[in-house]
Amino acid sequence: MSEEKKEIINSLKETGFYKPGKIYDRGKVIAGIVVFIIVAAFPFFYNAGKAAKMPEPKLDTPVIRQLPEAERVCVLPKQEMRENHMVLLDEWRDQVVREGNREYTGYTGKKYTISLQNTCMECHSNYEEFCNECHQYTVQTPACWGCHIQKPKEWAG
Amino acid sequence: MSFNLAYYFPLFSVIALLFISYLGVRVGLEMFFGVIMPYLAFIVFFVGVIDRIVKWARTPVPYRIPTTCGQNKTLPWIKRTIRDKFENPESMFYVMGRMFMEVFFFRSLFRNMRTELRPWGKYPEGGKLIYWSSKWLWIGALAFHYSLIVILLRHLRFFMETSPSCLNLLESLDGFFIIYAPTVYLSGLVLLAAIIYLLLRRIFDMKVRYISLAADFFPLFMILGIGITGLFMRYFYRVDMVAVKELTLGLATFHPTIPEGIGAIFYMHLFLVAVLFAYFPFSKLMHLPGVFFSVTRNMAGNNRWKRHENPWEYEPRHFTYMDQEDMYRKQMKKAGIPLEKDIEE
Repeated sequence: MSEEKKEIINSLKETGFYKPGKIYDRGKVIAGIVVFIIVAAFPFFYNAGKAAKMPEPKLDTPVIRQLPEAERVCVLPKQEMRENHMVLLDEWRDQVVREGNREYTGYTGKKYTISLQNTCMECHSNYEEFCNECHQYTVQTPACWGCHIQKPKEWAG
Repeated sequence: MSFNLAYYFPLFSVIALLFISYLGVRVGLEMFFGVIMPYLAFIVFFVGVIDRIVKWARTPVPYRIPTTCGQNKTLPWIKRTIRDKFENPESMFYVMGRMFMEVFFFRSLFRNMRTELRPWGKYPEGGKLIYWSSKWLWIGALAFHYSLIVILLRHLRFFMETSPSCLNLLESLDGFFIIYAPTVYLSGLVLLAAIIYLLLRRIFDMKVRYISLAADFFPLFMILGIGITGLFMRYFYRVDMVAVKELTLGLATFHPTIPEGIGAIFYMHLFLVAVLFAYFPFSKLMHLPGVFFSVTRNMAGNNRWKRHENPWEYEPRHFTYMDQEDMYRKQMKKAGIPLEKDIEE
């Protein structure tokens, strides 16, 4: 079968019309491939020569500094807060706004009053170096800050 | 309702892939699932797609295939509307217009018809064959593809240190209703709904089911698996986003790292995506570049005024009278038949 096929292809080649290696519509096909390469490998081009800066959320605030070493914990363990703080905040919002219950017991058994600005941001008073650090890195613009941030004085209209 | 291998094989393949990646991460193969597999998949995708495109481009398509969706350009008194010009294009400009409609609005699917035998008492046979417009496939496909492109664009933020403002705008539009935290993206829900519709269509529409193969079900199950793991990862089994971005940005900047503490669900999601990318060049998913090679869509119907030669249609070797005379000259001379060219003495 393959011998037969080869013979046919050879006889076709002899005619000079059929070129098995020829790319038809060469210009358009190559333009298409170039577009594909640019689109598919876009992140590689975009990042070329850039070094990514890892976010370093800072815990260095006056309130945290005053706490004794053993009490420097959040309402949940660190890893859990990293992964789930937004879900927790959403649950808290429902709990406070819909049920009027501002009580929360942390994983250490300590009781907290639920309040983003008065409890969370009492310790984490450094929005720029704490919240914004990771949110910028992961390109997140949470709706929280539409209302909840203590805006700098110079922003005030 | 019975299912055959065409359905079960892809279903269990996807489940197996999920298990493999889950167990693999559990035994500490993060390096393979997080770095090696994505790179391998990307290389296979890249090389495979280009190789297939070149293979297609080497196939001669000698004749124009005028489609009969509109009036072809002809005698001057036969009127053509703008619709005719795009549906049966005469030049490259209109071909590009038709291709644009195909790529962005799925023009061919819009034409989809449904053939049905309806009970009809007035007819002696008790039934009537009707054809009617069916837009469900068109709507499902459009919803699926557009939400997929939005999702792909949104994922670019994992591979770029800063994302351009147009992507941020897209993201805020996608999360327009600001439901829940993290914000629910509409594209994710639309994609899931659309892919489930496209899957159920293959299962419950008997005509489509009859022609559905494993190669049709596999991409559906893969995308369903990717969608479900992605949605779960975003809304229920959260993972550490900073660590995830460290990994993905590491891939994009060729400084791969495996940060600590990323949940297994991330690797499951990534592994399915990698397998789908590696599978891409060998599958029906090649309709992405394939639509541009679609011969009934990418050619101007100019047969009436332009000659197209088949590249393998060479000059046939005719056996002429002179050939015959050359062959039988002696015999002809002997028989006394007059010759054009006498035998030289």
